[in-house]
Amino acid sequence: MDKMLVSPSPHIHAKVSTDSLMRDVIIALCPAIIVSVLFLGWAELLVLAVSAVSCVAIEWAICKWVMHKPELCSCSSALVTGLLLAMNLPVTTPWWIVLIGAVFAIGVVKMSFGGLGQNIFNPAIAARVFLLVSFPAQMTDWTVTKGFISLDAVSGPTLLGLASEQGAGAVAGLDHLQTLLLNIGGSAGEISALALLAGFVYLLCRRVIKPWITLSIFATVAAVSGIFWAVNPEVYTGPLFNLLSGGLILGACFMATDYVTSPMTSWGGVIYGFGIGLLVMMIRYFGSYPEGVSFAILIMNMTVPLIDRAFHHRQYGRK
Amino acid sequence: MSKLTFSIGGVHPDDSKLSKDCAIEVLPLPQTVYVSMNQHLGAPAKPLVTVGDKVLAGQVIAEPGGFISAYVHSPVSGTVKSIGPRKDLAGNPAVHVEIAVEGDEWVEGIDFSNDIDVNIKLDREQIIERVKMCGVVGLGGATFPTHVKLCPPPGKTAECLIINGAECEPYLTSDYRIMLEKSKEIVIGAAIMQKALGGCPCVIGIEDNKPEAIAAMSDAVASLPYEGIRVAVLAKRYPQGGEKQLINAVMGREVPPGALPIDAGAVVQNAGTALAVYEAVQKNKPLVTNVLTVTGNCLPVSAQHNYLFRIGTPISFIIEQAGGIPEGAAKVISGGPMMGKAIANLDATTVKGSSSVLYLSEESTRRWKESSCIRCGRCAEACPMGLEPFLLNRLVKAGDLEGLEAAAVMDCIECGCCLYSCPAGIPLLDRIRPAKGQVIGILKARNAKK
Repeated sequence: MDKMLVSPSPHIHAKVSTDSLMRDVIIALCPAIIVSVLFLGWAELLVLAVSAVSCVAIEWAICKWVMHKPELCSCSSALVTGLLLAMNLPVTTPWWIVLIGAVFAIGVVKMSFGGLGQNIFNPAIAARVFLLVSFPAQMTDWTVTKGFISLDAVSGPTLLGLASEQGAGAVAGLDHLQTLLLNIGGSAGEISALALLAGFVYLLCRRVIKPWITLSIFATVAAVSGIFWAVNPEVYTGPLFNLLSGGLILGACFMATDYVTSPMTSWGGVIYGFGIGLLVMMIRYFGSYPEGVSFAILIMNMTVPLIDRAFHHRQYGRK
Repeated sequence: MSKLTFSIGGVHPDDSKLSKDCAIEVLPLPQTVYVSMNQHLGAPAKPLVTVGDKVLAGQVIAEPGGFISAYVHSPVSGTVKSIGPRKDLAGNPAVHVEIAVEGDEWVEGIDFSNDIDVNIKLDREQIIERVKMCGVVGLGGATFPTHVKLCPPPGKTAECLIINGAECEPYLTSDYRIMLEKSKEIVIGAAIMQKALGGCPCVIGIEDNKPEAIAAMSDAVASLPYEGIRVAVLAKRYPQGGEKQLINAVMGREVPPGALPIDAGAVVQNAGTALAVYEAVQKNKPLVTNVLTVTGNCLPVSAQHNYLFRIGTPISFIIEQAGGIPEGAAKVISGGPMMGKAIANLDATTVKGSSSVLYLSEESTRRWKESSCIRCGRCAEACPMGLEPFLLNRLVKAGDLEGLEAAAVMDCIECGCCLYSCPAGIPLLDRIRPAKGQVIGILKARNAKK
């Protein structure tokens, strides 16, 4: 031993790093990604690839040439944003719209606030909403492309769109079990609730996230829609339909649980999840958009600093 | 038996108790010992010998330098060669008495037999006086003078004596070995302290990763005639052996900020301290020996040891006796990997509280490269004091001392859980530790104005 290392304690470190956490999120997204590619084919693969590659490239370029701190670039985190953005887009989204989404997500929402850990809004969701209001036609084109496993291609409004326009009766005969397994017709992230939930369970088992935010969203959506549905099932859709349709599961499991833009305490997470669930149902029932998960998460992102001020861990020896 | 644990924070590092099956061996005498005057919490001791004096092992060579201080005894027989400043483990100067070893003669009156003396003859005051005269200090890390802890201030009573056998630091096995090999002595030591504290109940807390120690200590308790002593099984969780955490685990109480354990009715003593108290009170032997572990993840188990050493033996001598610094060692640590100190100076000497020589490989001690906080909340989740290290880090960077004080930075026990658990490799404790010093500065300045 030529040199002795001398540094302060602790001398050992847990094996979890930012990159290992992001890797776990990517692994957790894999079941849903695989299902979407199987059913939507090359077109979906293209959306995923354009989004992922451009997000990483933009992050790297901004760190290197704008901030002059290439060491700040977190490829794994940008890759997660890229995959999530792609999963929130229709499979028919033209590549250049995907690219604009990536530039907005990384360039505007993330890097302009200082990069990793500094952004107020979830980049993928903010980009999805930006694209939705900028390109409403392309962003609601739910044509189904030819997948590796072929199904009768259908196109048309999503179930939520149907319910929004024609009332709950239009979706009353829905087979919920089928929605749970396979629900072609929305964006890639909405195809299989089961695949998303498998990823969520993986994240819980790996202790990457805690379940409180997600469970709070589910419980609130179920409770609010349950009450409305019980009052008037002709007008309002029921709890099971609301839990399984649209981007709720993707949003609750993977977007609302983003560390950077969610509260740091478990109780804060419960409040945050309650807010998201309530807003989702208000938008779905009374808003002009059929789907409200993205808006709900963005709005609640803004409340995170307040929630973090209100909820703290209990301190030892203090009341 | 249900497992007790503390209620806030904590982490679960791999316990790496590699040397747990290495029986205690007696370390040979070195040629020279260096006895530090600063090996307890509080004021340094004042030397009573001069250069050229002949001393016997067990002879007093320094007296307490204040109320919170301790006697220091010569661990060997020989001649005092020098008295003066010498660098300690961290490279800071402290007064040491250098003694050249000649033979191994002890002062009169020490009982060296292995007979176990169950009968506690001394009364309360005599016990406390004996513990003080024998220089016993807490051997769990803080080296707080034991006799002070055994005299609760007026108006305070001890409701529970907790014997700390948690040994929650990974790698360390010295407490484990004494609990196996000296079980009865530790229980008698506990009974002695119980008597000194007025007969409060006593709980011996041991983590569940040491089932043999739990069995041995339970047997010892059952075979001895004392009332009100029991063994409690603790969950394996760091920092279970922290004084505040242990009180919370065993008694379900919390020590308020700025208060002492006795304010919550608790007195916590380490298992090694209980053994030292037994030897002092029943055998009249001052604290001049202790057990330390030589271990590490780059050292084959066959080369690991639990040594009974004379306090003042140079670290370099122990390393040499144990076969030298192993291939692949990057860091030599005195103490556990969570709170121990990296040794900057191998010529430094062992002190009463020395618990290990730990070798860690470069790979195992590597930290992540620092990157941005991702607000994952792991540091706050891990903090056993319920603090928010990510916030303290931001306040330190902003230089906001008032903010730090309001965020309870002074509650930090420097256990290292925050830095251990941070996935972004942010050196949280490295920044918080010096900030505590600065906050003490403003607190003192404020008190001076009043």
